[in-house]
Amino acid sequence: MSAVIDTTGPAASQIPAKHQPHETVASLHSITKRYANGVTALDGLSLNLRRGEIVALLGPNGAGKSTAVKLMMGLSSPTSGDVRIFNADPRETTTRLRTGVMLQIGRAPEMLRVREHITIFRGYYPNPMPYADIVKAAGLEGIEDRFFGELSGGQKQRVLFGIALAGDPDLIFLDEPTVGLDIEARRGMWSQIRSLAARGKTVLLTTHYLEEADALAHRIIVINKGKVVCEGTPAEVKSMGASGKLTADGSSSTAAQQGIKIIRCITTLTAQHLLAMPGVTSSETSGSLTLITSTQPEATLREMLALDESLNSLEVQSPLLEDAFLALTSDRS
Amino acid sequence: MSTATYTLPTAARPSSVRIFLTEIRYEVIRSLRTRAFSLSAIGFPVMFYCLFGLMMNRNEDISAGVSVAKYLLGGYAVFGSLGAAIFGIGVGVALDRSAGWLELKQASPMPPLAYILSKCAMAVVFSLIIVSILTVLGITLGHVHLTASEFAHIALFAAIGAIPFSCLGLAMAFLVPPASAGGIANMIYLPMSFLSGLWIPIRFLPHFLQTIAPIFPTYHLAQLMYGSLGAPMLGSTSSHWTGLLGFTLIMVGVTWLAIRRSEQNS
Repeated sequence: MSAVIDTTGPAASQIPAKHQPHETVASLHSITKRYANGVTALDGLSLNLRRGEIVALLGPNGAGKSTAVKLMMGLSSPTSGDVRIFNADPRETTTRLRTGVMLQIGRAPEMLRVREHITIFRGYYPNPMPYADIVKAAGLEGIEDRFFGELSGGQKQRVLFGIALAGDPDLIFLDEPTVGLDIEARRGMWSQIRSLAARGKTVLLTTHYLEEADALAHRIIVINKGKVVCEGTPAEVKSMGASGKLTADGSSSTAAQQGIKIIRCITTLTAQHLLAMPGVTSSETSGSLTLITSTQPEATLREMLALDESLNSLEVQSPLLEDAFLALTSDRS
Repeated sequence: MSTATYTLPTAARPSSVRIFLTEIRYEVIRSLRTRAFSLSAIGFPVMFYCLFGLMMNRNEDISAGVSVAKYLLGGYAVFGSLGAAIFGIGVGVALDRSAGWLELKQASPMPPLAYILSKCAMAVVFSLIIVSILTVLGITLGHVHLTASEFAHIALFAAIGAIPFSCLGLAMAFLVPPASAGGIANMIYLPMSFLSGLWIPIRFLPHFLQTIAPIFPTYHLAQLMYGSLGAPMLGSTSSHWTGLLGFTLIMVGVTWLAIRRSEQNS
């Protein structure tokens, strides 16, 4: 892969082409949210969600994620700025009829059966998802007649997912949807979320599992201290984090860094030497292992292999979202 | 562009009445199934009535033709109604709030009033169950003579009384920290019952306490109960209805302010 290639491609290629044009389904426009206690949760935040898109909203605790989501769910109003969902006020019932919400719930009414919970929520909508479809999508077979209070953590989570689907909504907010799920159930929910997006539904996901965002999201929005730190496909976000020289709003400068890779190996080459090679942006040694970040990994490797015949234990990997996340949200300013 | 969106047939919104009825039905079912609540909400007034109204009863009359057992039937019906509302709503809604369940309901298209009405309806149903059980016990074990009209009156009063008590419960739920809701409910429930003369006729209380009793909705409801059971009623009927209505309005106002305050902080 060459760095000269025109870079209009990568962002679009991750989102299935059939959903274009991307009409905006939800938007926050220069939102500031200041609480009564003086804490500024959001500070001029803007973001858009488009039709058929899975967007992961990431950020450390206290970054303003839940405030942003609450605004979109119409549970809170901004100090200034504009929230539009389906081009309307999120508090309107007509808007709520088209959204589904899965929140982290400490306790739901325990003495109602799973079936009853789903029935109650289906009753709120004119065209709810058929009961059998909800049971199937949320994996509720066999627990429909159990009381909510008797369920395991993962089963409760699935019921809440079913509740979010009850109205067959066009926009779905999922807050930590796979907490407490085993691997199989998590994969099952992922595939359900993907199929929702394939049907043209928009999904906003907040999660602490970065591999979940990486696996599911078409687009990741990282926020910190009430501002969008960066925004892009998972690959783009990882590169931005790894490049380590990101400007606060420099999402456009990153397209050229798509090919970024982390090279690990045992080598006798010195850091000085490595940093002089094409594409190398950083080099560090931990123990006997050397870690090199390169924007042109092929060229870097060719040179390294030519210069050091004893080079061994070679591994080349894409930067992890986790590293990017930490780099992007650490205190730089 | 707009070809990709489809517009919903706007006329087909589910009727609010149906949502209200579903919400009420499941709230009542849920509360009855929650034994920790239903057994204590019904059990306390029944147990107290059995102890003080029936077992310690020496066939004395409170006034001409009204036995202690009959008189206390009214008091403990009010006591039961208050308990169902204050624990079912005051504690129940506080817990829904702290657990995030209320937010999930708010984010759904459910009309907010459906939630509130379902809670009030639950308190009304429990009040009716309690007054019925007390009446059956009074008649069978306490030699209480009760006409159909007298029963209809106390049942109606118990049901209506559940509404101001529910509003008190709501105000509590939005004012009190959820973790301490249970303790505070007891601190309201027991003193208010005693000070309103639900356990001991109010004329046996110190004079000072008699003068402050009219601030409690339980006092007014109890007086209406006693009046309809043929016992002497303190104050006029209209003053008691005014008292209940006034208390209800104050609690609705307090709840509204508390909700607004918590919305501004969210």
